[in-house]
Amino acid sequence: MTVAVVQFGGSNCDRDAVRALEHVGVDAERVWHEDGLPADADGIVLPGGFSYGDYLRAGAMAARAPVMAEVREAAAGGVPVVGVCNGAQIGSESGLTPGAFTTNASARFQCEPVHLRVERADTPWTAAYDEGDVIEVPIAHGEGRFEIDEAAHADLVAEGRVLFRYCDADGNVTDAANPNGSTDNVAGVLGERETVAVLMPHPERATLPDLGRSTDGAGILRAFA
Amino acid sequence: MTAYTATVTVRLKRGVLDPEAETTQQALERLGFELSDLRSADRFEVDLEAADADEAADRADEMAERLLANPTIHDYEVAVTER
Repeated sequence: MTVAVVQFGGSNCDRDAVRALEHVGVDAERVWHEDGLPADADGIVLPGGFSYGDYLRAGAMAARAPVMAEVREAAAGGVPVVGVCNGAQIGSESGLTPGAFTTNASARFQCEPVHLRVERADTPWTAAYDEGDVIEVPIAHGEGRFEIDEAAHADLVAEGRVLFRYCDADGNVTDAANPNGSTDNVAGVLGERETVAVLMPHPERATLPDLGRSTDGAGILRAFA
Repeated sequence: MTAYTATVTVRLKRGVLDPEAETTQQALERLGFELSDLRSADRFEVDLEAADADEAADRADEMAERLLANPTIHDYEVAVTER
């Protein structure tokens, strides 16, 4: 399994993603977006950062880069794809997943550890957890508030496509535990296939044991193992 | 062909929280201004050549659909003037 970590101008979590993937035993390489997806890519990570300086809207420019047509095609064919932070914004802007990520309710950039409740444990991204597990993973974003219209939100919930919700340390999904004002505390969602997911928190920053307080994110990256 | 300017105004849908506008309103109030509400919008002025105003508007409309606006959170409008 070789995972392509797609690097755009302004991506800055691509190296971290490769390092974290290698730590969980997944072969990964950075791929410059203009070079296109390698033929042997059997997994794709859209990493965090500030692609194109967040011009227009976070992720808007990268989502229209030609490589994203390849990513959508691969995703439709069953190749696992995850977008993290700016990668989540790119994923939603490109239509891989529903909704939009926009300015935090606080109007501030927020860089802090948060708790997530695992809402589905039967997906590749969450097979390492049990439903209802609480994991600690950091966020670092200014535009992470999940917005979606009411009807689409109802569909999302009905179809079981909410992957993670922000919660407190005990797993209670509350307004106080919602760092950015996201609709229904949504932190991560699935695409049309459950092999496609985006999330604002950074699993690659909670994988290496020497990096800090949590290695809870490693389970998400093990989807590629 | 005629030269037009298509002005595309992109704003948040009613009901979508706009923290930047709220912050701006608070800053105005701190400066002593009295206001009831404040909304912000992005305006794009696109110079283009088209056979007629309808064609210019159609093309600007497609630009908004495909890039300038995000239909999940935005409404937009297009106005065309001869340049």
